[in-house]
Amino acid sequence: MTHTKKRIIANNIVMVLSTISALIGIGFLFWILGVLVINGVDALSFSIFTQEGAPPGYKDSGLKHALIGQFMIVGVATLIGVPFGILAGTYLSEYGQKSKLAETIRDISDIMMSAPSIVIGAFVYSVVVAPMGHFSGWAGSIALTIIMLPIILRTTDDMLQLVPSTLREAAFALGAPKYKVIIQVVYRGARVGILTGILLGVARVAGETAPLLFTSFNDNFLNTDMSEPMASLTVTMYNYATSPYEDWQKLGWAAAFILSMFILTLNIIGRVFIMKKGK
Amino acid sequence: MTKIIDNIFASLTKFIAISIFFLVAGIFTVLLNQSMDSIQALGFDFITDTKWAPNLEKFGALPAIYGSVVSTFLAMLLAVPLAIGVAIFLSELAPQKIKTPVGVSIELLAAIPSVIYGMWGLFYFVPIIRDIFGGIGISMLTAGIVLSIMILPFMAAVTRDAMDTTPDILKESAYALGGTKWDVIKDIVIPYAKAGIIGSFILALGRAIGETMAVTFVMGNVHKISLDLTAPATSIPVTLANEFTEADTDLYYSSLFELSILLLVISFTIISIAKFYFLRRKRIS
Repeated sequence: MTHTKKRIIANNIVMVLSTISALIGIGFLFWILGVLVINGVDALSFSIFTQEGAPPGYKDSGLKHALIGQFMIVGVATLIGVPFGILAGTYLSEYGQKSKLAETIRDISDIMMSAPSIVIGAFVYSVVVAPMGHFSGWAGSIALTIIMLPIILRTTDDMLQLVPSTLREAAFALGAPKYKVIIQVVYRGARVGILTGILLGVARVAGETAPLLFTSFNDNFLNTDMSEPMASLTVTMYNYATSPYEDWQKLGWAAAFILSMFILTLNIIGRVFIMKKGK
Repeated sequence: MTKIIDNIFASLTKFIAISIFFLVAGIFTVLLNQSMDSIQALGFDFITDTKWAPNLEKFGALPAIYGSVVSTFLAMLLAVPLAIGVAIFLSELAPQKIKTPVGVSIELLAAIPSVIYGMWGLFYFVPIIRDIFGGIGISMLTAGIVLSIMILPFMAAVTRDAMDTTPDILKESAYALGGTKWDVIKDIVIPYAKAGIIGSFILALGRAIGETMAVTFVMGNVHKISLDLTAPATSIPVTLANEFTEADTDLYYSSLFELSILLLVISFTIISIAKFYFLRRKRIS
């Protein structure tokens, strides 16, 4: 009886503790989200989308430069990263399969996915920025491409493996060459999955700050020339938030809000795709 | 003709896949090459010296290494029990109605960029630490706590996934024998999911040690080893983020590159351990 009682008491203690820790965890996280929404909505205004950066104290400063810079840096990274990632993933799933080479590449990209992004920044600095002599939007895009590549590669690999092999066999039986089978049958079957991988990859790199600090650097004004230093939402956010000026900090919160809404939307869309796929 | 295209397509995919390998090799080679000046000039002293004074051309990385280790240790100390609690709550305790929304919001919070955790830390958390523990609020302690909050959603989500893989029939058998919920968790669920849980913790450890923006805001970048946790400190990524664009001599640059490769080696080692010992890939067959 005492033993049973002890077990019941232990059970109750653990249940209470785990509920408390869930409340603590969720409390912290909603605190952060709440801060983000309150400050973000407060700082949002139409001029944020139409005005460039301005010195502190100046009215009418905005984030147009950072929004456009962000869009260009992430866009170029996506344009490079997606085809490379998909083709490499295609090799792993369709040609390499369980060979030693394919397994090694899978391991390497799994490890690379968790490599500190600031180190990727240092690498791109020394192979792109230093030889060019100055920071540039290109360098920022290349850093983001390197971070995105393993994510797209691994999701493509996984998603292509989900395509039933009977589909491939049917196409082969009709006499189609392998590349046609892959492009017209396998890719089509895995379309939604690959798209999900791309969305999650873009969402992941869109929030990167550290590798941009010394690749694309920053610019307080609008610049659309990729071979020059370029503003991004994340670096702008970092600079504005650590500045002592209240109006800059406010802009920093607006940038934080816009960026996190963008990233959360991509994540939600990606998740909806995955859920549909599972049905 | 189709034979040729077929071969070209096959070779192209293979070439790109293999280039991932060369990319990683290239990153190591370039960083090592850039560190050569500092490795030759400072040797092993780089890792054991405590003085970091760029104006005197003195570069000792020990304070940054110390800061990385201590802040990561603090973060793990706080986040591990919380993550286990959250995971137990989500996987075994919460009613279905709460489970999905809470689970999804935790996963979404893991996607929020670390620069935002840093901003929140600087504006909302630093003042609280200052009021409670004294000092200026920008400190090793603050960095550890902010870091723990940052890795918590990731750890909780992965741990929950690992716990969810426990077959229901095992749990039902244990309940049928009269086990309490805690008995089932401790004797069935945790042992069954052990490898996955440990793997997720090590993976989170790897993230924490390379995490840059969340801590850059709240750590202070002061190259001093202090046992006082409320004193400002620095870590390897914080040093890199703050000083990379300021380096003005070759030796300064080279030391920063040596810090980068040090960080890369540490994090690759940690992640490899997690991958190869604990998280064997789930094959889709």
